[in-house]
Amino acid sequence: MKELKIQTIKNGTVIDHITAGNAVKVLHILGIPKTSSSTVSVAMNVKSKLGKKDIVKVENRELDPQEVDKIALIAPKATINIIRDFEVAEKHRVKLPKEIVGIVRCSNPTCVSNFNEPVESRFIVIREDPPRIKCYFCEREPEDIAERII
Amino acid sequence: MNFKGRDIISIKDFSKAEINHILECSKKMVPYAKGEKYTNILKGRVLSSLFFEPSTRTRLSFESAMNRLGGRVIGFSDPSGTSQKKGESLADTIRMADSYSDVIVVRHPQEGAARLAAEFADVPVLNAGDGAGRHPTQCLLDLFTILTEKKKIEKNKIVLLGDLKYGRTVHSLAYALSLYGVELTFVSPGSLKMPKEVINECKELGVEPRSTSSLEKAISDADVLYVTRIQKERFPDAEEYNRVVGIYKVDNDLLKHARKDIIVMHPLPRVTEIKPEVDKTPHALYFKQAFNGVPVRMALLSLISGGRL
Repeated sequence: MKELKIQTIKNGTVIDHITAGNAVKVLHILGIPKTSSSTVSVAMNVKSKLGKKDIVKVENRELDPQEVDKIALIAPKATINIIRDFEVAEKHRVKLPKEIVGIVRCSNPTCVSNFNEPVESRFIVIREDPPRIKCYFCEREPEDIAERII
Repeated sequence: MNFKGRDIISIKDFSKAEINHILECSKKMVPYAKGEKYTNILKGRVLSSLFFEPSTRTRLSFESAMNRLGGRVIGFSDPSGTSQKKGESLADTIRMADSYSDVIVVRHPQEGAARLAAEFADVPVLNAGDGAGRHPTQCLLDLFTILTEKKKIEKNKIVLLGDLKYGRTVHSLAYALSLYGVELTFVSPGSLKMPKEVINECKELGVEPRSTSSLEKAISDADVLYVTRIQKERFPDAEEYNRVVGIYKVDNDLLKHARKDIIVMHPLPRVTEIKPEVDKTPHALYFKQAFNGVPVRMALLSLISGGRL
């Protein structure tokens, strides 16, 4: 049997099939570790059947699937596994919400959302995989979403 | 069809049927816009006219439209006399106008400013141009001009010429014309080509726009030539502007290559792209087009305010 490079967890959440190289950005989107004191393990460039992937394991914390869905922006094929007593109790693939608020900065330098106004950035999801989003305010579509994460 | 309380931010917020309804109402407004008939359907209503960027036609025609409907106008045409100078946000300025008036018209240099304004206002907001972004009322008056001159919008062969990259009117117009299944040809300098996303929108609506740099060829069988100014204020650097300004000129010699009934439109202001000699020809529609801003804006103000003739 192959030895796992990071340990299995007893309870918590495993985010699997993250696009290789994006694990740190996924943590950033989820506000981890700021919002959590749980132990977090990150494995990057893990070999799998479908090529390389990243994996994130958050111990003793079940992430709310709706909260995690927004990572589909940069990891559209990621799966969320809720682990209870070493078993996968729930599993689902991330699904982009209809709107993305406060996560991506508009790529248009003259967009009103990039100025001193009391609004968060806001994007409408046009397509899920690969993700396409459009600024709610100026309608510009950023091409490099991963680079625009706030 | 109920428009009461609606914001007018982007032409894309409206279906073809809704656009047709606005154009029908605009037609009814023409004698009132000309001062041949009088109405007071918006008596007692106040419009806030907030122009953070220079404007001649859009501001004056909005104000004329409100006055012709019996309403009153407050506002400014130069933000240097307002609290924006002290650093006030657009959101706060809008909150004030919202409490002082029944409808807000806003022009602002930042893209998406009108959408933001609509978030902070309870009263309807009309976008009078947001930077290089949208200008829906210009788009509607352009459609109205084509409709009144050509009796229909569908199937016309329309050439869009000039600054197709930064020109806000042509982006909205290309989309709206595609709703009507026209034939579109884009003519521009290489550095000012129509953005891909606009071309894709046209294609999604079933229109395959052609692009060329040869104006003579493009206008040979065109019904409408829509000319735009190369806008110095939208260029990131002066060098790029100097390279392209004056490349295309519309004059009587050029129009000899066109059909006799071609109409020449321009959102104005023009600088050198249309020679004054064209003004006297039956092709010149741009001044009538500018007048059409009044009935179209009267129609919009009455529709969103719930006023009926």
